[in-house]
This record gives sequence, structure tokens and C-alpha cells, in this order.
Amino acid sequence: MSQAAATASPAASAADSPASEVRRVADAVRRRVLDYTLKNNGGYLSQACSSAETLATLYLRVLRLGPSTAPLVPRPFAGVPGPDNPDAFTGADYNGPRAPALDRFIFSPVHYALVLYSLLIELGRLGPNGLDAFNQDGSTVELIGAEHSPGHEVTAGSLGQALSQAGGIALARRLKGETGRVWVFMSDGEFQEGQTWEAFAALAHHRIGNLGVYIDANAQQCDGAMADTMTIEPLAERLRAVGAEVHEVDGHDSDALAAAAEGFGGGDRPLAVIARTDPCRGVELMRERAPKLHYLRFKSDAERQAYQQLLAALSVEAPA
Amino acid sequence: MIETVTRPHREHFVRWAAQRPEVLVLSADLTSSCEADGFRDTYPERFFSLGMAEQNMMGFAAGLAREGFFPYIHTFAVFVTRRPFDQVAMAIAYPNLPVRLVGFLPGLTTPGGVTHQAIDDVGLMRLIPNMTVLEAGDATEVTSVLDVAQAVDGPVYIRQLRGEVPRLFPAEAPMQLGRCRKLADGDDLCVVSSGICTEEALRATSALRAKGLGVRHLHVSTLKPFDDPAVLEAVAGVRLGVITMENHSVIGGLGAAVAELMAEHAVGRRLLRLGLKDTYAHGAGKAYLLREYGLDAAALVRAAETLAQTPLGIEDADLAAVRLGTLSAAEKTEDL
Repeated sequence: MSQAAATASPAASAADSPASEVRRVADAVRRRVLDYTLKNNGGYLSQACSSAETLATLYLRVLRLGPSTAPLVPRPFAGVPGPDNPDAFTGADYNGPRAPALDRFIFSPVHYALVLYSLLIELGRLGPNGLDAFNQDGSTVELIGAEHSPGHEVTAGSLGQALSQAGGIALARRLKGETGRVWVFMSDGEFQEGQTWEAFAALAHHRIGNLGVYIDANAQQCDGAMADTMTIEPLAERLRAVGAEVHEVDGHDSDALAAAAEGFGGGDRPLAVIARTDPCRGVELMRERAPKLHYLRFKSDAERQAYQQLLAALSVEAPA
Repeated sequence: MIETVTRPHREHFVRWAAQRPEVLVLSADLTSSCEADGFRDTYPERFFSLGMAEQNMMGFAAGLAREGFFPYIHTFAVFVTRRPFDQVAMAIAYPNLPVRLVGFLPGLTTPGGVTHQAIDDVGLMRLIPNMTVLEAGDATEVTSVLDVAQAVDGPVYIRQLRGEVPRLFPAEAPMQLGRCRKLADGDDLCVVSSGICTEEALRATSALRAKGLGVRHLHVSTLKPFDDPAVLEAVAGVRLGVITMENHSVIGGLGAAVAELMAEHAVGRRLLRLGLKDTYAHGAGKAYLLREYGLDAAALVRAAETLAQTPLGIEDADLAAVRLGTLSAAEKTEDL
């Protein structure tokens, strides 16, 4: 039932350890995002490079989720929610059913959507052709995800708004006596928005200890390096000061990412895991574009060819 | 063929600001996306990155304006008008400070989905006392809107276009505050359009004229104040009725402004409002969304058929065949 439990066999050898499974999945996610970046002549590739291990670790080693109850082929857009539209849905059912003991996953930086879609495919929660409708008119598999997109539960594209909603969900679950936890994936840029800090203040004030946040701290944003745009550091100290339990880890080290969440859920403080990441990890080619890494748009045929060759090389290296 | 100008704001803004040292730019992590990167690179001492923190940015703009500067805030329209609404209203508009809020990606012009689509920005900004609301409809207006805004004693919201922008109006016919453009005259019905809808409307109006319908067409770029006598005269003087067309909700924007005007002046004509019918949209391409939400030339033809109470026999192919050029202004703008 629980993927975290299923992969936590003590008898596992190094080759099929949880960490190596995360590595395999993360590499596959990078390849698929690169593939679609090439197909679309652009995309949010650096986000895959930075967050692949964090998201894979969450799904494989942290989240207690049931199997997907959603179709392998994503549903088309069924209209916006409203009293006259009974057909509207969210993509949360890709994360399994709701149950008191199961966790919930709230995906905040929804321009990372392609990373999440690719991960869902690797995990079998989305079919292998689940991206055929990616960025197509009338599809839910949107470039920037919304709550109808696979794996998404809230509409979070106005950044820094999902954490507060997750706080409400966590508070509700505590009121209902549920033991399942609420996990939020965020980007570091969202810590520029005041609302994020308002949310942490409220989480601490109301002693919400069933909500954990994983932060992809890749130090990049649309305008370039965060340090040049609006610094958020010292992030760990600031989060500790507002009452969170803070772990600062190498965001490409699955064991460290998973260890930060061990035993979490019974206390009275929110958890913040700062995953320090490299926005070019696995795609060294991208470093020459620094500090503008937010959205990769090929500047020339030659550059596109270079990325195409990289994809071919990565695909050869991948285990069958 | 219609001329397309690539990123007209980017270069023009740099030239325009050269002799205006009091003009500053505040940006919220969308500098290149809002074509303010030229300004940033040319005048780094006048460019301030405030990060993704729009509420705070409005307060900084207000403080700078109180000290005599003219902050030009550049970000997406949704992040100017929704997120920091209270700060715009209280810190900027109440003291009538000359902050210029330049909002990009109006309405359905972004595939970014509901969070990036400004479908209520005109309504929100019209609601705020002291606020002037301008919307660019082509490359000529993208550039000339700056002079219009800068001359206003108070805050201004500019609904701005980026990227590939068509030139519908001659470069020597700049936007003027409170003056619509009369693009065609006729006595049967009056089309009032704004923003990108004017280009769509032009595809339909020529097809309608070819079917013998007398179509009067106004392009509006000042949405507040909405007191141009030429608009009242135009809507009052047609036989069948009025159609508004806007890349926005039918509530609060151009259609609402025309409805208020007609009601207040007892203009007893039917009014059809094309726009988002009190609904959110979703992420998809512009042409797809304009069709889905009834904002394309075909939707205008259907509305004209409703007013004329007769099918006009205009096919999609007829609309696609319409060739647009830069308008030599049917009537000179200074005549209006």
C-alpha cells in the first residue's frame, strides 16, 4: 500500500537500495523533461535538474500514499469549478485516495509541473503516454499546472499561496483526528512573498505539527540568481526563528532528504527541509547559460543539437 | 499586410526615459518577461529589483512617488491588480500618487493558465478612486501610452502588450487621453472594442460591411475616465444596437462602462457584451481561448446576426480571408 513502506526493506542490497531507486527515477525524470523541452523548443529544465531527487524521495520514501485512482491517460479539461459544473475535478487522485492515515501532497511551484508529470510516469501513476497532451489546447497537462493537472490539488501558480492552504488542510486534519500528514513542495523563490512568512507564523502559533515542507533551494529565479534579485538568506535561521524544525540537506542526497522526515508527525512544530540543490545537476551544458536558467529557450540550432546529443547520451547510459 | 513590431515597449521605453531621470522602474522578478530588461541594463541606477513581493513593492513605489519620483512598476497584470489590491488602493491611489502600474499579459494572451490570466484587472482598477485606466491595442499605443500616462496627475494603470504586436494605427497618430478612435462609420450597429479585440473586430467588421451592414467601429484606449463624448454620440446614433468586445470579464470593464454610459444617458438601444461571461479560463493558446470564450471575429459576426435578427451567411473562410493593414484612420483622431 505505502510506497515508503514497500521500498524500506532492510534486506535490500546497495544496488536496489531506496537511494539507488531514487537515483534511477530522478535520472529518468531529467531525461524525460529534457526530451519534452526539446519537443517544445523550450521548457523549465533547470527545475528538473534541481528537484528530481527531492520529488523522487518524497514519493518513494516519505509520502504515505495509496495507489493512484486516476486514469493513466489524463482527462481533458472539464471546465472551471462552479455550481453549474459537476464535472470539475482535481489531479489529487493521482496521489491516491483520501484516508485518515494517509498523507496529502500539495505542489506549490506549479511551473515545475513537467517534473511532477514525469515523476508520476516513472512511478506508474501516469501512463507512459501521459504527456502526449502536454501543453496542448484543451488539456489538463498544462505547462504551468493548475488544480486539474495530474498530481496537483490546489491552484498555486500565483506563487506563495499554497502553503497557507496546506496549513488549513493540516489544521482540519488535526481537528478531525487524522494521523496522516500534509507535505508541501515549495521553491525557494516563494520565500520572497510575505504570505509564506505569514503562513509559517500561523503554523507555529497554532502548533501545527502535521505539516512538512520540502524546499527546492536552487538559488535561481526568473530574473537570475536570487542573491541578485532579492535574497532570502539566512533561510534556515529565519525559519528557526519563526518556530519551525529545520533541516538543511544536500538536495541530491536521497538518504539525507529522507532522514529529515523520519518520525515526523506527532509533534507540535512544522517541519522545513531546505534542500540545497544545483540547477544544472545532470545537464552540465546548461551552466554556460547561468545566471539565466529559469526557462530554457534554445538560442540556435547548434545549441538545440547539443542538447539533443546529450539526451541521446543519457538514454544510452540508462539501464534498460 | 499588417505590420508586426517586435517588442515595441522594450526599446521605446529606454529612449523615452533617457531625458526623464525622475522615471524609475520597480520589478518583481519578471524583468525580461515585461520588456524592462533594456531599461535595467541602460539605467541600472534607476532600476530596483523588489523580488516576488508585490505588496511590499507597491509601498516602496508610494514612498518614492511621495519624494518626487515616477515609479513605473513592471510585472504581469494579475500581480499588479489582484495580489496587492489593498496596497494599491491605500498606499498609492488614496494619496493620488503618480505611480504607473504597467501590467502585462492581459486577459487570454498567456498560456500560463488561470493564475496568469488578468480577466478582472480593468474592473479592479476602475473601482479604485483616483485611478486612470489605459489599455494599449497596438504597437502605436504600446509606445504612445507612456506620454499619456506621464501627463496624468495621479496613479495610472496601463494594460500593456509585449512581444509581437501588430501596428493597427499609424505611428503619427498616438493614443490620446479620453479619446477613442473611430475606425469606421455606419448607421446600423456600433462595435466598441479595446486591446487585442480591436484586431479581431476588424476581421469581422469588413466582412459585415461586405454583407451590406452599416458598422460603426470605435477603439477605446482610455477605460477610465470614460467620458469621451464621441462614444456617447456613436452608441446613440445607430439603428440596431451596440456590441462591446474586450479581452476581459464582461463585468467591470469596457462592456460595463458602455452599459453605464448608455443607461445614464437613456440610450434605448440593445447592448451585447462580448468577453468572458463571468467565468475563469484555463491554460491554452490564444486563438483557441478566443474561440472558446467567444472573443474572436466569428463571435462578433454572431452578435451582429443577433442584432440584425437575420443570418448573414459569413463563413470562417470569409473571416480568414480578411487582410488587415495599418489603418489610415477613417477619421482623423483629432476630429473626434
